[in-house]
Amino acid sequence: MIILAFALFIAVLRSLPGPVFFPVRLLAIAYADFFRGIPTILLIYILGFGVPGLQLAGVPNGEFFWGTVALVLVYTAYVSEVYRAGIESVHPSQNAAGRSLGLTHGQSLRYVIVPQAVRRVIPPLLNDFIGLQKDTALVALLGLVETFRQSQIDVAGDFNFTPYLATALMFLLITIPMTRFTDWLISRDRRRRQAGGVTA
Amino acid sequence: MTAALEIQGLRKSFGKLEVLRGIDLEVAEHEVVCLIGASGSGKSTLLRCINLLEPIDAGRVTVLGEEITARGVNVNRVRRRIGIVFQSFNLFPHMSVLRNVTLGPRKALGLSRAQAEEQATALLDRFGLAEKRDEYPDRLSGGQQQRVAIVRALAMEPALLLLDEVTSALDPELVAEVLDVIRELAAGGMTMVIATHEMGFARDVANRVCFLDAGQILEQGTPAEIFTAPREERTQQFLQRIVDAGRL
Ligand SMILES: Nc1ncnc2c1ncn2[C@@H]1O[C@H](COP(=O)(O)OP(=O)(O)O)[C@@H](O)[C@H]1O
Ligand SMILES: [Mg+2]
Repeated sequence: MIILAFALFIAVLRSLPGPVFFPVRLLAIAYADFFRGIPTILLIYILGFGVPGLQLAGVPNGEFFWGTVALVLVYTAYVSEVYRAGIESVHPSQNAAGRSLGLTHGQSLRYVIVPQAVRRVIPPLLNDFIGLQKDTALVALLGLVETFRQSQIDVAGDFNFTPYLATALMFLLITIPMTRFTDWLISRDRRRRQAGGVTA
Repeated sequence: MTAALEIQGLRKSFGKLEVLRGIDLEVAEHEVVCLIGASGSGKSTLLRCINLLEPIDAGRVTVLGEEITARGVNVNRVRRRIGIVFQSFNLFPHMSVLRNVTLGPRKALGLSRAQAEEQATALLDRFGLAEKRDEYPDRLSGGQQQRVAIVRALAMEPALLLLDEVTSALDPELVAEVLDVIRELAAGGMTMVIATHEMGFARDVANRVCFLDAGQILEQGTPAEIFTAPREERTQQFLQRIVDAGRL
């Protein structure tokens, strides 16, 4: 939910017109480029181990918390790109029609452009969420690595695969049904469109 | 009496291409002016400049005595008084007919939902669209969609209505129902600037016809003057092509 809202916000920032908003657009672009460019696992490690390691006062210290923050940051970047593609896929004449009624740019986005964009991006968004499900494993890995290091300290050289295998299995159990569910949603959506549904 | 619309020395380029090369045009209140001219002569661009959908490069546009191209003018406020209907309807596909028509009055004029719906329903009723109120645009014929688009513009109670080849995207049998709506508006005293290829219609409905050629108003006059005794050779050629195509 946070990701959906935050990503829409970034995408909207990026679509603001005129030279006044140039810095804002630039920031939004920098955000998307940065968090899509950086390997997810790296960011999870940096935030998950790094921030708690800094021992900052007044911020949570759990590595799970910071791992989640890392995922939210990365997926917000991906999802905002999906939204942006959606916004750009709405024909400019729709905006012209909205603006010609005296709507402000913001009103035209809110009532005319974004509702159409969101409808179009639902299938690709679902795909992103399968990715998110999977990458949650990376956050769980933080805990494992921690355990691993502990065990290394405790009994050096005695490597145990069992937790890895168990986690892998658990995630397959979650992601495979999710994938099937998404495929089903996408094909249902396609059938509806062909039947001449709400979207034209 | 102040003119409804006054354009002076309007110029507009897209990159290197100068599309409008000094347009002067005055439209009185309740007057209907038709713009004719070949494709690419700048009719659509002129209309889009009038309601500030396109920024202009030089010149002034004045609506009911207010210069709308002056610096610092609130474009949203200006557009509320100028309706435009596009060739391709541009209805909002994700909204019912009623929502299409009430969006502007509610969000731009601040009418309550009840007020806006009451007014919209009355307008839809007047143009024979009452039972389409709750339909979505893709369920309507092209003629019905364009009539809804006209109603959507009228719901803002504009002082000036711009129509850009509103029948060009329609099947021939649907053209008449839309032209009838415009005739009714003309009879009701609506001030309109109409870009059109329907010469017969222009002759009927216009008080004045302007022939646009390469971004300039080459000739203007009453329909009788333009259609039966055009002075300019370019106008004569254009009309001859229309006649040859069987459209006059
Ligand atoms: N947004 C635009 N960008 C670049 N060129 C444009 C744009 N809009 C229109 N033009 C050009 O301006 C000229 C006039 O177009 P237009 O006003 O649509 O003419 P008309 O409506 O009379 O057919 C054409 O040559 C067209 O290609
Ligand atoms: Mg045109």
